[in-house]
Amino acid sequence: MSLTRADVEKVSLLARLRLTPAEIDLFTPQLGAILDYVEQLGRLDTTDVSPMAHAVELTNVFRADELIPSLPREAALVNAPRADGECYLVPAVLGE
Amino acid sequence: MDLTQSTASSLLELLGTGQLTSVELTRHYLDRIATHDARIGAFLRVDADSSLAQARAIDAKRQAGQPVGLLGGLPVAVKDVIAQRGELLTCGSRMLENFRSPYDAGIIERLTAADAVLLGRTNMDEFAMGGSNENSAYFPCRNPWNTACIPGGSSGGAAAAIAADFAPLSIGTDTGGSIRQPAGLCGVTGLKPTYGRVSRYGLVAFASSLDQIGPLAHTARDAALLLQVIAGHDPRDSTSVNAAVPPYSQTVTQPLAGLRLGIVPEHFAAGLDGEVAAAVKSAINVYETLGASVREVELPHAQYAVATYYIIAPCEASSNLARYDGVHYGRRAEMGPLTAELAAERKELLAAGRAADAAKVDNNLVRMYRQSRAEGFGTEVKRRIMIGAYALSAGYYDAYYVKALKVRRLIRQDYDRAFEHVDLIVGPVSPTTAFPIGQKANDPLAMYLDDLYTVSANLAGIGGIAIPCGMSAAGLPIGLQLTAPPFQEDRLLRAAHMFQTATDWHTRRPKM
Repeated sequence: MSLTRADVEKVSLLARLRLTPAEIDLFTPQLGAILDYVEQLGRLDTTDVSPMAHAVELTNVFRADELIPSLPREAALVNAPRADGECYLVPAVLGE
Repeated sequence: MDLTQSTASSLLELLGTGQLTSVELTRHYLDRIATHDARIGAFLRVDADSSLAQARAIDAKRQAGQPVGLLGGLPVAVKDVIAQRGELLTCGSRMLENFRSPYDAGIIERLTAADAVLLGRTNMDEFAMGGSNENSAYFPCRNPWNTACIPGGSSGGAAAAIAADFAPLSIGTDTGGSIRQPAGLCGVTGLKPTYGRVSRYGLVAFASSLDQIGPLAHTARDAALLLQVIAGHDPRDSTSVNAAVPPYSQTVTQPLAGLRLGIVPEHFAAGLDGEVAAAVKSAINVYETLGASVREVELPHAQYAVATYYIIAPCEASSNLARYDGVHYGRRAEMGPLTAELAAERKELLAAGRAADAAKVDNNLVRMYRQSRAEGFGTEVKRRIMIGAYALSAGYYDAYYVKALKVRRLIRQDYDRAFEHVDLIVGPVSPTTAFPIGQKANDPLAMYLDDLYTVSANLAGIGGIAIPCGMSAAGLPIGLQLTAPPFQEDRLLRAAHMFQTATDWHTRRPKM
């Protein structure tokens, strides 16, 4: 398969990345080559193989239902680019 | 006192007998860093005041006759991907240039409790993505054996710090070889523990099902000491395994009788550099003289490991790195120019009669995300996010991601079968010695293919160790890799120590 510029542009929106035209020029063939390489997995018959998502296959790990302190709000907000002391601030999206 | 050939174990003895104080030792390393690190670039930041204060407190404890922890005043360098309260945590990225950790990682608590001195934060490929340390957003790290060459990555700074003798112990992380490969290329010992052996709480996630924290040091004995401190269950990491930690530092010196080693013929196929092959083969001969038996084993799906890895790791990365949205923490683009730019784009499209296109222009929030991430991430990180987003997108998820997860199981089953016949598998760490900086910068796939011997252990979740086993004619270190069944770190360390009692590769140090 080969990847097109339009594919790369579409994925850049999904990935919430803004790519420059130069980056799209660079990535289109590079990502295409990587995807061509990984296509080799298609040669393997994996019909009866179940997917392995994790090296230690745990289903659920529970802890006792006890209150433990969480990160204080001030500490959680201290690295925010914009905050008002209570909330993270973001650009308005409604009623634009 | 001449400390130039010291190891963590020998220094601990000097500290214990009072011949050396932690303050003197910390000063020694701070001085070496100040003198030499400008041309290596192993550290992103060193905090002299704080590390000397820690050293003073440990010395005071010892002088007062109080018990001290297992690391008793030894300096430890930490890769800049692990949270340390109040300290910068950049992950080698502009995205987190000003980010300060609000809490300590599990292993930082353990290091502190063991009376380590936290010396500074080591350089790395951005978000641990890379095998050369050239992807650091700040400056590349260089190989102490030849500063024109890469140190390997992503824990390039962690390995270079040991090789250059800037610290006796360091902490790295390994998602696809990021401890073992730089250890091999810098001539030091580096261990990737079994997945779940060490808590990932406070480790910035790259690929959560593959990431593991581990030790780097001059010797297996030193690595055993550091692993003993950092290993163990942590309820805050639900994937950390609740199993007792063996006393690695006590057992490491015990040789393994009747050791059965496996070699994989494909590991010695085309692509492996001749000098590396010769050094690895003579290392296997050393094991034979120590009484080990060697037989061939098959890992029939090993040839698919790189393809499997470069689907799974980018998928997990694109998901994990979605958190860098310019809202909660990290870089945010300036909104003023963006808002104006968006208005102009819409106006231009409307003027051209393209109302449908004008309606598709990003809204403020989406453009803010996209621009913030564009400014914060470097090229390799963007590349991997793009591969992951593509492989996870509608219509491709089964063909790429689910397929790779199935092959992952085949790779794990290969190991399970091979380990029915052998105790350890032995082979090269990397196909070549360290290459010149810049050589593979424009060919990401070529860089990925260098990971062919290391990524399988991460996919299977098993442990592996890299130890020095030779030098090339050009004076660059060659590494030997041993891999073991899950939770057999003790076996890996003992086998590595056996080799280090019979050889002196681990004692060689670059001229600084």
